[in-house]
Amino acid sequence: MKAFRGFVIKEFFHIFRDRRTLVILFGMPIIQMMLFGYAIRNEVQDVQVAVVDWAHDSASEAITDRLEASRYLQVVPGIEHQDIERAFRRGEAKVAVTFPRNFERDLILGESPTVQVITDATDPNTANTVLAYVTAAIGTYQIEVLTTSGGARPASIVLEPRMRFNPELRSVVLFVPGLIALILMLVCALMTSITITREKEIGTMEILLVSPLRPGQIIVGKVMPYLVLSLVNVVTILLLASQVFLVPIRGSLTLLLAECFLFIICALALGIFISTRTSTQQVAMMISLAGLLLPTVILSGFIFPVASMPAPLQIVSHIVPAKWFLIVIRGIMIKGVGLEAIWQETLVLVGMTTVFLVASVRGFNVRLAD
Amino acid sequence: MTSAPAIICQGLTRKFGSFTAVDSISFEVAQGEVFGFLGANGAGKTTAIRMLTGLLQPTGGQAWVAGHDVYSEVEAVKRSIGYMSQRFSLYDDLTVRENIEFYGGIYGLRKTELHQKSGDLIERLDMEAEANSMIRSLPLGWRQKIAFSVAVLHEPAIVFLDEPTGGVDPITRRQFWDLIYEKAAQGVTVFVTTHYMDEAEYCDRVSIMVDGRIEALGSPAELKKGHGVDSINDLFVLLARGGKRGDA
Repeated sequence: MKAFRGFVIKEFFHIFRDRRTLVILFGMPIIQMMLFGYAIRNEVQDVQVAVVDWAHDSASEAITDRLEASRYLQVVPGIEHQDIERAFRRGEAKVAVTFPRNFERDLILGESPTVQVITDATDPNTANTVLAYVTAAIGTYQIEVLTTSGGARPASIVLEPRMRFNPELRSVVLFVPGLIALILMLVCALMTSITITREKEIGTMEILLVSPLRPGQIIVGKVMPYLVLSLVNVVTILLLASQVFLVPIRGSLTLLLAECFLFIICALALGIFISTRTSTQQVAMMISLAGLLLPTVILSGFIFPVASMPAPLQIVSHIVPAKWFLIVIRGIMIKGVGLEAIWQETLVLVGMTTVFLVASVRGFNVRLAD
Repeated sequence: MTSAPAIICQGLTRKFGSFTAVDSISFEVAQGEVFGFLGANGAGKTTAIRMLTGLLQPTGGQAWVAGHDVYSEVEAVKRSIGYMSQRFSLYDDLTVRENIEFYGGIYGLRKTELHQKSGDLIERLDMEAEANSMIRSLPLGWRQKIAFSVAVLHEPAIVFLDEPTGGVDPITRRQFWDLIYEKAAQGVTVFVTTHYMDEAEYCDRVSIMVDGRIEALGSPAELKKGHGVDSINDLFVLLARGGKRGDA
């Protein structure tokens, strides 16, 4: 046990004396959090809307006011209909709303006037979102007019959309769980596979294996510091998310941390597995980056929803641990569900972790010295 | 040398599939002896050492290291040996003292004993000024001496040296052999592989492996006389020429 403690201390020396390791361990989580929190957003903000108003009546102006009041939109006045395309090209506007002549009169007469909404679909995501805002603004106005005018008009079906769990559609809420998965993969799998192959590369692994330390002790000693630091990272991200970005943590914190712990073990097992199959740090890094980080970003539903992937990729996504972890953690944090809603995904993670652990322990005993 | 041999091999064999890396080798090494284990690359030296140090299970034959069976008493074998590989195997980013204490620690030395021993060692190596320098800042010859001293810090009965002098200049090599003799004089058995045939002449006895078999075994003088050659180098070339594997 004494030998083991010395081993863990040595491992901390390696970490704290290597600036690159330190940057990856502690800098990355914070930098990524800031990046995803502030810079990378898919919600729209201050989108310029050109309003071409041929009606100039109270209805068109009321709707324009409404658009103006939205924190997502910014009305650009004075653009003529024929100039819309040019405004799009110059980036002066992303959306153009045109009200027809006699808009209010037609509206009251129930003649269904047409409001033209043109969007710059260079960025389809923004275009869609803005379209939805504008439609909603017109819709609400319509409801108000109908109700104030005594409901004499033929009743029309009115949609009242409500965004549950994340009413403001803030993307940081969506990104935080993915970020936790990404950083845990980075710290646990990438860093452990590198640190173990490093010992092989410099030849110290041989000495360790010849020593009375058992292979299991060597491995646990090597991953222990990363386990501790990963937990520190999880807590840091959660604190940043909840205090700075006001991401809610609606479910049980204990359950959340327990699931993170499970995912950490899973990622550590993957890191060990990679290190038993490779003998140089470079190869270990390439495999970790291409084989683990990339799928974690692309196939897990972190950024792109799994449901909108082509069928073959959806099948591949099943073997990406982060996919299951994301479902679990989004459930706990954002929807506030308990274990009863996510036990299946948890079970999948437990299964994967077991498989990786068994595979890496097997590979370890046989091949570590190569 | 009346006590039991430090190492006994009887028909020790290791096969990898249909390939026989080590083919029934037998020899004994006496306590306190400096035993040179020679062979071309691919002759099976490394496989043999790995079996004797408990890294690899033999597929046939028997062996005892410091009286412990290499099949059933691997842990006891590991505790009674020291090992230094050709790559020096110290941690670049730890200081001299930290390296010494780390390796002493994994062999289960107690803290007070460890401080005592590392202090003594640093003094003996005349490295007081460098005790808190990172290993990476020291010249190769120094690192090699530290690596050897670390390998024998826990006072093993036998120390295995796998090409310990690769890549260093002749003067440093000579100094390194002084360290080896010093340990042997204290009764430590030294099992050493080398590429340098002049070093073979320093050993009490040498064995030469060719294609997984031991083709020659004896003191340098006996071997030279027996084969009618002037040096171990000539003998090595003579024997290795018959070999099919390796590049020598």
